[in-house]
Parts: sequence; C-alpha cells; structure tokens
Amino acid sequence: MLDRAGMLLPLVLYLGLIMGIAVWGSKVAQKESGTKGFMEEYFLGSRSMGGFVLAMTIIATYTSASSFIGGPGVAYNLGLGWILLSMIQVPTAFLTLGVIGKRFALVSRRANTVTFSDFLRARYKSDFVVVLASLAIIVFFMASMLAQFIGGARLFESITGYSYQSGLLIFGLAVIIYTTIGGFRAVVLTDAVQGVMMIIASIAILGAVVAAGGGVANIMESLRAVDPALLSPQGPNNAIPKPFILSFWVLVGFAILGLPQTTQKALGYRDSKSLHNAMIIGTFVVGFTMLTMHLVGAMGRAVVPGIKIGDLAVPTLTIELLSPFWAGIFIAGPLAAIMSTVDSMLIMVSAAIVKDLYFHYVAKNKAELLPPRKVKIMSTLVTGVVGILVFLAALKPPALLVWINLFAFGGLEAVFFCPTLFGLFWRRANSTGAICSMLFGCGAFFWFNITKTSIAGTTAIVPTLALTTIVFVLGSYFGKPESEEKLRVFDL
Amino acid sequence: MQGGLLLTRREKIKAINKETCVVLLLYAIFFAWWYLTAYGLGGGDPAEYKFVFGFPAWFFYSCIVGYIGISLLLWIVIKLFFKDIPFDEEEENDA
Repeated sequence: MLDRAGMLLPLVLYLGLIMGIAVWGSKVAQKESGTKGFMEEYFLGSRSMGGFVLAMTIIATYTSASSFIGGPGVAYNLGLGWILLSMIQVPTAFLTLGVIGKRFALVSRRANTVTFSDFLRARYKSDFVVVLASLAIIVFFMASMLAQFIGGARLFESITGYSYQSGLLIFGLAVIIYTTIGGFRAVVLTDAVQGVMMIIASIAILGAVVAAGGGVANIMESLRAVDPALLSPQGPNNAIPKPFILSFWVLVGFAILGLPQTTQKALGYRDSKSLHNAMIIGTFVVGFTMLTMHLVGAMGRAVVPGIKIGDLAVPTLTIELLSPFWAGIFIAGPLAAIMSTVDSMLIMVSAAIVKDLYFHYVAKNKAELLPPRKVKIMSTLVTGVVGILVFLAALKPPALLVWINLFAFGGLEAVFFCPTLFGLFWRRANSTGAICSMLFGCGAFFWFNITKTSIAGTTAIVPTLALTTIVFVLGSYFGKPESEEKLRVFDL
Repeated sequence: MQGGLLLTRREKIKAINKETCVVLLLYAIFFAWWYLTAYGLGGGDPAEYKFVFGFPAWFFYSCIVGYIGISLLLWIVIKLFFKDIPFDEEEENDA
C-alpha cells in the first residue's frame, strides 16, 4: 500500500507543477483586447513561441502513448529491427520545420491567419475546403484524444495498481483544465516541460535496464541466445520486411509534412532564430527519445523475459526494475507524452469550432457580432466541453471512435498532405483539386485499410498518397486557376 | 526604411528556397546512411555480425552514429547557411 502511494507522490507533484506553469503562462500573456486579438492569443499564443518551446511542442505532438508503450512493446518482441524502423523519425522535425516553417510564417503574417484552416481559406478561397478541413480535424482529433486517454489510463492502472477510472480522473482532468484556462500558450509551455519529463523518464528506465542486464554486450549476447534474428534489421521470421519499413517511413517520416497538428505550430513561432533552434533541438530530442525508449523495449527482453503482451513490456519492466519513487517519475514520462499530444488537439478542435466555423459562418467574421467578452466565454466553454466529452467517452469507450482512431494519423495525412504542400509550392493548385483530393484521400485510405488491399507489400498510406496526388493535379487542371491577385500573399 | 538591413521579398524567397534545398539534401543523406548501413552491414547472417561497443555494427552505425551525425551536421549547416529572415516588416520595401 505504501509503495503505491510512493508512486503517486512524484506524479501528483508533477501534475501540480504543470498546472502552475499553465496558470502562470496565462497570467504573463499580454492582455489582448478585441475579439480577433483574443482569438490570436487563445488559439495561437500571439505568435510568441521561442526555439526551445517550438522544438518541444513539435516533438510532443509526434511522441504519444505509442512511443512509450506500443513501440517499445513491439521492439520487445521483434528486437533491434524495430528500433531501426523507429529511427526514421529522427529527421522529421527538421524536415517539417525546414520545408514549411518560414513559408508558413510569411504567409500567415501576410494573410493574418490564426488557424491551419485559415491558411487553407487564404489559399483556396473555398468554404467547402474550410468546412471539410474543420470537420476532419474535429472527428479525427477527438478519436485520437480518446485513444490517448484510454492508453494513459491503462498504463496508469497497470503500473500503480489503482483503477483505470482514477488514473483517467487524475491526468485527464489535469490536461483539460490547463488547456481550457491557458489556451495555446499553456499548451506549448507545458509541452516544453512535458518534453523534458519524457527525456528524464527514458534515461531512468534505460539506465535501469542496462544495469540489470549487466551491460550492452551481455544483453546482446542473451538476445542472440533467444533468437539471433532479434539482432537483425528484418527481425524474427522476416517480421519487418523492406516494403513494410518503407511504408512506415512514408507514414511517419514523410507524409507528416501534411499533419495539421504540426503545421499549426509553424504558424505560432516568433522569428527565424526560434525556427533554427527548434530544428536543431527538435531533431536531437526526437532521436534521443525514440532510441532510448525502443532500446528499453528490445533490451528488456534479455532482462525480464517471457512477457506475453507487448503493451505490458514497459509497465512490467518499470515495476520490476525501478523503485516506487522512480517508477512514479517514469510513469510521468508517458503521461506527459499523452497529455502533450492531447492538449494540442484539444485547442485545435476548439479553434475549429469557435474560429473557423462559428466566428466565420455564424458571426460572419464581424467582431461586433461576437464581442471580446463573449468570444472569451465561448472559447473557454468549447474547449472545456470538448475535453469533458472525450473524458466521458474514455470512461466507456464507444467502439466507433476507437475504430476511427486506427485511421486518424494516416487519415489526417491523406486529407491534408496535398492541400498543404501543393498550396505552398504550386501556383496552379486550386480549390477543385483540394476538394477532390481531400474527399478522395480520406475515402481511399479507409478503403485500402478495410479491404486490406496491399500493393507490392506496402501499407495503405503509400497507394493513398500516390493516388491523392494524381487526383489533386487532375482536379486542379479541371478547375479554374485562382486569380493572381489573390495568390499575392503566396508569393513564395 | 533601413535600406540594406531589410531583405526584399525576392531576396527572402531566394533564401528560403535555398534553405529548403539544403534541408532536403540533409534528409536524403540521412535516409541513405540509415538504409545503406542497416541493410549493407546487417543484411547477412546474424551469426557473423561484428560488434561495436556491444551493439551489432549495423545498428551502431545506422541508428546511433546516423542519429548523432545528422544532429551535428544539421547544427553546422543551420549555423552556416540559414538566414535570419524578418517575417513582419516586408510591405514597406516591397517593389
């Protein structure tokens, strides 16, 4: 009993710290007056992010429950090959920021865009594109948030022994409260702390595994004794064939250029210097967390063999190898990853509802129809209510949302990849192309997944992206070109 | 107007395009290194692997050296080639 309480102590202290930072952040924020000023602060932090915070918040959106639990769990079963696969994510931070970072910064200031959908509106001048984008964001993000909540609560249950519900209550409410109170600024500030927490947690558990196994050489020798293929890039029974690893590369190493969670962050940083620093720090930290956590999984097999379910590998190792206090510190790591993934999505869903849909279509973009006081109450309320809805859903997960989540990551890429990149790089791109590719991309991704149609051994994302690109180009040539004058802000 | 201090729209775009090319090149280098060392050194029979610091050589070079290498390379490249582009004050000296 005492042990379990000892585990909770660091966790509760940590959550207290996070809440404190969020409240402090929202107090420090310059008080924005006016409806648009408030929205720019609440949904975008008034474009004030520095390099370290930008790096951490980008990382936080990539590293979720799966980086701490699912991924290492697979590495436990398949060995070093799965670490190879995870390491393809190393350059993603600098790829995303390097390719779209400065372009987004310029465009978003010229066109005064606050949300990612604003960006699409500025580029395609189409209500249909914006509504489609907002709906995709709301549905896919709510499904992903739900999955993150479930993952976190299960992890909490398996490590501490307290119930699923109490875990959900502790960290679920924490993330909802600080996001609701502090908006985007609280999201990115807490992400920075959460990122540091993830690093500390991964070092703690890796150190424990290497020490318990008697050093790296010893551990590799034990793994070889279990199955030499655990040391190979392709894994036991060729479990990680090349077409698979390359599909995974497309999914997490390339198509993430279109992921709205990260593009939204590219709207909100301060200056070039912040971006440069974020590229360097982001790359270093993504690689570090991926490498250490997956090594924990793969090497853990030599230290605590015989764990049947992959998802239980990391929780079991934590309980076996760490003292209750350190286990409490460790569990804060994956919970940090989860909370920092959820908070970004929560604020974006709220922005989609309040700014992109309500303010634009119901209040007709007129600040008089939505005075500052009202927009403030409404934004806070919407953020809170969406959070609570997801929280309640996680108590008794609805099958449909859990199912949608399986396709959320790839689905978002399928929907947004072409409109984002062609929008930046191809002047002929227009709303016809965007609408066709968004609808087709979403449909095709679900179809390839459900029918399990595989082309040359690849997974659904590869043929989907290839086809949406074709659809986008064809659609754009069928439609009318956007007028040169409107494209002026996209002079890149 | 501070004349020479501010970049014109055209100059900014040129700098951004150059930086994008550098980023894509770095990405290609990382990908090639990651792929070639992993399957080049690790493609054979695991019984014949060489080990470096306890790790199989392919893993050490692909996942550890590749990761640290790209982090350092990126740092150098950004310090050398990346321009401090102002995002705000552009309309005043726009042609």
